[in-house]
Amino acid sequence: MTNLAKRKKAELRFRFYGIFSVFLSLLFVAILIFNICSSGIGGFYKTIFLTSIHFDQKLLNLEDNASEEQIRNASFRKLIKNNFDESFKDYSKDEIKQIKKLFYRKIDIELKNFLINNPEFLNKTTKVELTASTHIDQIHKGNFDRTVQEKHRKVNNFQLEIYDKFVEDQKVKKVWNSTYFTSGDSRDPESAGVASSVMGSVFTILICFLLSFPIAIFASIYLQEFAKAGKITDLIEININNLAAVPSIIFGLLGLGILLNFFGLPRSTALVGGIVLSFMTLPTIIVACRSSLRAVPPSIREAALALGATKNQVVFHHVLPLAMPGTLTGTIIGLARAIGETAPLLMIGMVAFIMDIPSNPLEPAVGMPAQIYLWSESSERGFIEKTSSAIILLLMFLIVVNFVSVYFRKKYEKKW
Amino acid sequence: MFYSVLTLFVLSFIGFYLGKRKSIKLSQNIKLASLPSYYGYLAMLYILIPTLIAWFVLLVGENFVLEKYLFLILKEFLISMSGSEVQLFFIKIKNLSEGASFGNESDLELLGAQKIIQFKNLFLLLTYLVIFLVTAIALYLVNKKISPTFKSQRHVEKIVNLFIQLCSYIAILITVGIFLSLVFETINFFGYVNPLDFLFGINWNPNKAFVIDSSDVIDKDILKDAFGIIPLMTGTLLVAFLAMLVSIPLGLMSAIYLAEYAPKKIRDISKPVIEILAGIPTVVYGFFAALVVAPKIADLGEYIGLDVSSESALAAGLTMGVMIIPFVSSLSDDVIGAVPQSLRDGSYALGATKSETIIKVILPSALPGIIGSFLLAISRAIGETMIVVMAASLQANLTINPLEPTTTITTQIVTALTGDTEFDNPKTLVAFALGLTLFFATLLLNYFALRTVKKYREQYD
Repeated sequence: MTNLAKRKKAELRFRFYGIFSVFLSLLFVAILIFNICSSGIGGFYKTIFLTSIHFDQKLLNLEDNASEEQIRNASFRKLIKNNFDESFKDYSKDEIKQIKKLFYRKIDIELKNFLINNPEFLNKTTKVELTASTHIDQIHKGNFDRTVQEKHRKVNNFQLEIYDKFVEDQKVKKVWNSTYFTSGDSRDPESAGVASSVMGSVFTILICFLLSFPIAIFASIYLQEFAKAGKITDLIEININNLAAVPSIIFGLLGLGILLNFFGLPRSTALVGGIVLSFMTLPTIIVACRSSLRAVPPSIREAALALGATKNQVVFHHVLPLAMPGTLTGTIIGLARAIGETAPLLMIGMVAFIMDIPSNPLEPAVGMPAQIYLWSESSERGFIEKTSSAIILLLMFLIVVNFVSVYFRKKYEKKW
Repeated sequence: MFYSVLTLFVLSFIGFYLGKRKSIKLSQNIKLASLPSYYGYLAMLYILIPTLIAWFVLLVGENFVLEKYLFLILKEFLISMSGSEVQLFFIKIKNLSEGASFGNESDLELLGAQKIIQFKNLFLLLTYLVIFLVTAIALYLVNKKISPTFKSQRHVEKIVNLFIQLCSYIAILITVGIFLSLVFETINFFGYVNPLDFLFGINWNPNKAFVIDSSDVIDKDILKDAFGIIPLMTGTLLVAFLAMLVSIPLGLMSAIYLAEYAPKKIRDISKPVIEILAGIPTVVYGFFAALVVAPKIADLGEYIGLDVSSESALAAGLTMGVMIIPFVSSLSDDVIGAVPQSLRDGSYALGATKSETIIKVILPSALPGIIGSFLLAISRAIGETMIVVMAASLQANLTINPLEPTTTITTQIVTALTGDTEFDNPKTLVAFALGLTLFFATLLLNYFALRTVKKYREQYD
């Protein structure tokens, strides 16, 4: 082989390595997104059994035209037992117990809510959509291998038989899981939802934005327009650069050591979470704001000065508005990063089990990523699906946010 | 609290309006030195600034004063309690005063909660008092100052400039805050454990500190080999090394291809898509590593006859490597792009192929910048938390075998501080010592990274 042919081969090989690396990186993105999506889409649906239920007045101990309050206080246990005994007459007591386990363990609450919304069905028989247990849910969605030995399964052979019979009778349906979006965390995967963590994230980001955005803008204006070169200015710049590189968990330790222990702010709240995240977003916004301030041409400043504006008026009335689009883009990117941040929230206790949807930033809350972390720690298969669904929501939100920032940049960015 | 903030803002707007109105009235006869709205702004700032400062002081002071007050009025009951019992009691009555009742409180606790509520009401009253008092004084002062010759614009601008200057100092304040919070608790920790044992110990077993709790006496001999950071260091470095093994070749080669070979269209699409990897929250990677990567690696290991732990450093390291690819690629891309075209042209003119030019000319001249990007990536890998918390083990293991379970500094910080956080226990305090170590390590790496990048820049600018 000639020397030239060798060199040509080396060239092609090198080029192949490059293409291969890019391809591999793109492949990772694809695998990650595909994997999360394929395992998470199911979480937006739930399996229900269409079950005919007779709302017997006597069993519920209710009068005609019972008020909502009365229905709320009624016990539905007896009604359920009676209905099951009726529907599965041919089975033994023990078998009925096992059949019951195909259903979500809190179907009494579902029946109660149904009757509250449709009081006209009192003393009548109607078909009600009852949530299936999480194990059946997983089987129905095909996430579960039925050929596994019986003792390694949560659902035994008899229950599978009954389930298959239900399927044959077209009693099993997959419906949109609206509880997932309206309820808070729960011990049961059947009724766990993201509402509380979404609200927690909203409050956290709101606090983060309210703190970091004005402070970052003021700081950048000072550093870019007013500060004279000197030791203090250098020190500030070094600090800003360093803060951008400090691991996020250290900010969590700062929040724990100073905000919680020293200032005594309430633990596990969106307020503290927002403050900690604002420390992390500050450098990002400052860097973005300063570079857009720098990009505003001096002619604008000179024109304003020539018309008799003071330096403050030049900056606040003319330069800052022109630098706003770039600043906002940087802010959106910084906030998007803050939304996905988990480690600092772990430090300040925003990983609690929160059932109630927080109504203000001073109530205990979890954020979306912390909720994902909490659910992922659970061994239950149903929660794994919920985790992936929550990840899909989070990623979709981040994609939307990024598109908005790109749009902003395209639309308002000016080339001078 | 919400209403006091609202009151404050309403009052400051009233101040603005009053100031503006008075100056407009004046300006009907004579020309003013500044625009009327600046007189309004002045009144607003005179109200806002002192009240906000006073409010902040009150807010910070409230907790301290509250505890002193509780000690004073409940002295006879508290005297028989030990320090930790008193703390527990305070926490309980504080929760009780916020309405978290379990229905089994003693009379003393109910009394304490009642006192807290009284105290808080008193404080709220004080807050309002301060707000109104300051407003009155400010309005009086501004009213006296407003005259045609008074240059209110200059005053307002001076205050604004001072304010934005203070805002820029916040960056320093945060760094000082981080440093102080870490150092204080670390000093507390070193009260239990000898710093030398911490830095050079080869055993990590913080659960030993649990045993001591019950007897309330701390045996320093036991603690001696419970908090050695060496196994954590090796674990952290092992995971970071594995991550670099993935991200350096892939990131660098991607950067070279995209910067030198790729047509513009492919570059425009691939670059943002690869950068998606950096935008995905780390908790997602952690979930992926624990659920997909680790079992796959364990299966693969079983297939070829290796015993791979399901919490191996390999799974965490590889996933982290994927996450870091864009850090390496985009930084390297920048430095490769900054190499002047004349160097390339010179190399081509001598007959070199493209790959020879890249390897022998471009990479050497971009080397400091590329190394800088590697250092930044390593610092990122060391500080990364969620992936290792979710995919790596909790058990410290002094090993460099990537197939065995390992733990890292960040994982241990999280385990020490989630759950119960009693601050009189070395098991909790060690998190701050670990944090300080991490802080210095990343600081050092970043310092060297920035220095190498800067040095490189000087050559061509």
